[in-house]
Amino acid sequence: MTGTSFVSRLQQKFGDQITGSNLEAVDPWIEVAPESIAEVCQFLRDDEELAFDLLNCITAVDYFIADPKKAAKAGWEPHIDVVYHMSSVSKKHSLVVKVRLPRWKDGVEGQLPEVPTVSQVWRTADWHEREVFDLSGVCFTGHPDLRRILCPEDWVGYPLRKDYEMPLEYHGIRGR
Amino acid sequence: MPLELEDPRVIEFDVRTDEMLVNMGPQHPSTHGVLRLVLRTDGEVVSEVEPHIGYLHRCAEKIGENLTPRQWVPYTDRMDYLAGMNMNLGWSLCVEKLLDHQLSEKALHLRVIIAEMGRIASHLVGMGAYGLDLGSFSPFLYAFREREKILDLFEEACGARLTYSYITPGGCTADLPSGWLQRCADFLDQFEPIIQEYHALLTTNAIFIKRTAGIGVMSPEMAIQYGCTGPVLRGSGVDYDLRRDGEARYTEMYDGYAFEVISEQNGHYPKDHDYPAVPKDAVLGDCWHRFYVRMLEVVQSVDLVRQAIDRYSTASGDYGVPIKLTTKLPKGEAYLETEAPRGQMGFYLVSDGNAIPWRVRARSSSFCNLSVTADLCRGCLIADIPAVVGSLDVVMGEIDR
Amino acid sequence: MADFFEHTLHFPVWLAYLVAALIHCVLIIHVVAVGALIFIWMERKISGRIQDRLGPTRVGGAFGWLQTLADGIKLIAKEDITPGDADVMLFKIAPYVSFAASFCAYIALPFSDGWVAQHLNSAVFFVLAVLGLEVFGVILAGYASGSKWSLFGAMREAAQVVSYEVPLGMCVVVPVFVCGTMNLVTIGNMQSGLFTNWLIFNDPFTFAIFWVYFTCAVASVNRAPFDLAEAESELVAGFHTEYSGLRWSFFFMAEYGSMFLVSGLAAILFFGGWNGPFPIAEPLATTLVNVVTLGNAESWGGLSTYLANLMGCVNFLLKGFVGVTVMMWIRWTLPRLRIDQVMTTCLKYCVPLAAVCFLGAMFWQLNGMPTGNDLMGFQRGLQTEGWVETADREATAVTPAGSADLSADGESLVPVAADRSDGDHLSGLAENGGAG
Repeated sequence: MTGTSFVSRLQQKFGDQITGSNLEAVDPWIEVAPESIAEVCQFLRDDEELAFDLLNCITAVDYFIADPKKAAKAGWEPHIDVVYHMSSVSKKHSLVVKVRLPRWKDGVEGQLPEVPTVSQVWRTADWHEREVFDLSGVCFTGHPDLRRILCPEDWVGYPLRKDYEMPLEYHGIRGR
Repeated sequence: MPLELEDPRVIEFDVRTDEMLVNMGPQHPSTHGVLRLVLRTDGEVVSEVEPHIGYLHRCAEKIGENLTPRQWVPYTDRMDYLAGMNMNLGWSLCVEKLLDHQLSEKALHLRVIIAEMGRIASHLVGMGAYGLDLGSFSPFLYAFREREKILDLFEEACGARLTYSYITPGGCTADLPSGWLQRCADFLDQFEPIIQEYHALLTTNAIFIKRTAGIGVMSPEMAIQYGCTGPVLRGSGVDYDLRRDGEARYTEMYDGYAFEVISEQNGHYPKDHDYPAVPKDAVLGDCWHRFYVRMLEVVQSVDLVRQAIDRYSTASGDYGVPIKLTTKLPKGEAYLETEAPRGQMGFYLVSDGNAIPWRVRARSSSFCNLSVTADLCRGCLIADIPAVVGSLDVVMGEIDR
Repeated sequence: MADFFEHTLHFPVWLAYLVAALIHCVLIIHVVAVGALIFIWMERKISGRIQDRLGPTRVGGAFGWLQTLADGIKLIAKEDITPGDADVMLFKIAPYVSFAASFCAYIALPFSDGWVAQHLNSAVFFVLAVLGLEVFGVILAGYASGSKWSLFGAMREAAQVVSYEVPLGMCVVVPVFVCGTMNLVTIGNMQSGLFTNWLIFNDPFTFAIFWVYFTCAVASVNRAPFDLAEAESELVAGFHTEYSGLRWSFFFMAEYGSMFLVSGLAAILFFGGWNGPFPIAEPLATTLVNVVTLGNAESWGGLSTYLANLMGCVNFLLKGFVGVTVMMWIRWTLPRLRIDQVMTTCLKYCVPLAAVCFLGAMFWQLNGMPTGNDLMGFQRGLQTEGWVETADREATAVTPAGSADLSADGESLVPVAADRSDGDHLSGLAENGGAG
């Protein structure tokens, strides 16, 4: 199956929940509305022709530039993309699904943006979502065990956000 | 295992036992680095295992946002430090994918030689350390004896023994020194018979079979659900190897090579007639099969390197000149997975058009392979935990990045 | 020896016994300590060679033979750490308990004909019983360390050692009833002569039971593949996780001590003890003394016996070393079993095998079926013991004549060539296959 047929098939099923796609990119991707990501993933896994049984990776990319002059030139509003890379062991094809989230929920700093978990679809997502939560600060609603995984439990901040600042001190250890 | 008796008070009054929380690691001889497993045990029986990771977190992804792709190559070495070459390869291919950089035929064959030698070296440690986990010390040293020879060859090629940074975006940092191919071929000739020694000491050893066969059985569905890849996935009988099934940019390296995916199909492994038969206690997907897949992959890598040496010496082109340090990356993103020794190692590169990437991400194979521990170890004995975790062959540097 | 001090040097009885005990003590502690020194060096060299390494090469010259001593000095210099959670008294006592058990068992272990610290009629029983005490040290160490890993190690050791005592005991009983005595000196002497006299070649069942014995012995001294109590890949270091320095080394001395002990026991029970494969020690010693003393061997009778015994001692030590070496060889070759598999090996294989061999050997004895030495036309050695035993002396002391004899010339250390009556009787039984 090719990128175009993926998109048409998904649009047929989910309609306007498929908010965008870029099939000319190096890795063609499809953008899905955050609230329906779980159903889309479920469908992607269970549909016999698609059969995306292997979730490779979940990544969050923070789009934010602190400098207002540069930010104006960037061409995008600050946001976070959660990127799902998936592939199929049986069909041997792969797909990139993106979800676009605000950097903070309702624009309130400190309120993590929310997206439904896909850990019930692929168990791989369990740890990957924890990692994204830990490093990029995205809250996966419905996740069974959303804790920090790489950083210590009492770590403050989300290191992979572009506005992250290393703490000056952590338990008596100098940070910077 | 809770006993089911008619009168529960028997348990309560007679053989009441308390559960105990035990910390296995991060300083423990058999947790392969700084993995910490919290065990809930009742005597020797483990009812729950919870892995805690992050003790080796070195912020590689954050660092990658501040360096150019070529500068980040040394950081990939330090992810899976037992197979630095394969990490370099994964990252280089990912960058080349975004740049759409094509390599000469010679450079491709050179990469096959290096990557497969790296795979042998890595599996040797995996095998030796697994013996160590089960209490057999000598195979570890036998494995390192041979690994040292591979490291000597790598040292000749790039000057380093552990953190090579040899394969870089655009090619390799240097051509192979003269006579290297001959020395490499000599090593393979000398090494191949030694694999039988490893089989004698571990694979066919009665105690080894008792310790591994039927332990930590993982069904193919479960392996895929957890995103397990590499020998762990193939040990469950799934016929999937990125060297054959991966992206064109990666599989073109292996175009024209005679090569079979090592996984059990219809009760047989490819070429298993030369190697010990599967013991009758072994169940597909158990620790023994994962170990055996690794052993057969070593044989296959030997074969691949031999083919690559032949083709390299007649191939056209050069070894590939690394891209300039300040090469501007095109705006866009690329994700590429390669078949590293421990599974599918993926790199994700997002660029906003500068020389420095906007975001880099390493998808670690051991990270997913380790996440299955909690399920595999439920209800086993304490002694099975090193057996199961060892058979997953995780490297903490890659998990924590 | 006590008699020597009492009668020849006219010491008071208590002093005679005290001095004798001290001398024995010092001698045995040297066997254990120097033995451990040599065994640890051997283990390093052997494991090195097995693993394509050289092992120690520098300390003390060519073969690194002073390596262990250097390590010992390092261990003495190390800080003696007691964990905060430990039960201090028990924690400190545990290594000594372990070491003392291993050490005490040597009291009844003869190194040559009559070269034993204390003659015991029930030496076999004593050695096994005292060796079994070693487990207390380990349990104490595990319990008192205040560490969960130590506790696991201790519990494993307790379960393992206690269950392996059963087949071990059964194996040891076979040579005992073939010889009709529990006295190790007698058992050793009865195997003098050609190597066919060794009990392992007595009948198929004694041959089989030796292997069961060796397996159980390896398990009962916690060597690989049964070294679960200190399984480093599972339990960090098991019961001695929290120990450091000299206390830690005491556990090792105990371990190597008991390794040699069980090998030595195997040598006496199955491999003729101090008797070589060919009976040349005695003639050789006599000839030697004859040559040196210009044919006056008769007047130097004690010397030639001493020389023969010395050769026997070397013989015995060699056999013990072979056993220890085999244990090392096994350790560096095989993976470790799991605890349930260790118990299965014991209960499902060792115990039934030992029981079958026990019954088989008994059947063989009862029916007077041909033994190894019968086939070769040699008789089982009839000489039971070269030295007068305390028990004997007490028995003879009942008759005034006997006691007068002994005390009159004051030489209780005269070698008695004559057979002891009960030994004769029992070996007679063994030969005739009479009902026991």
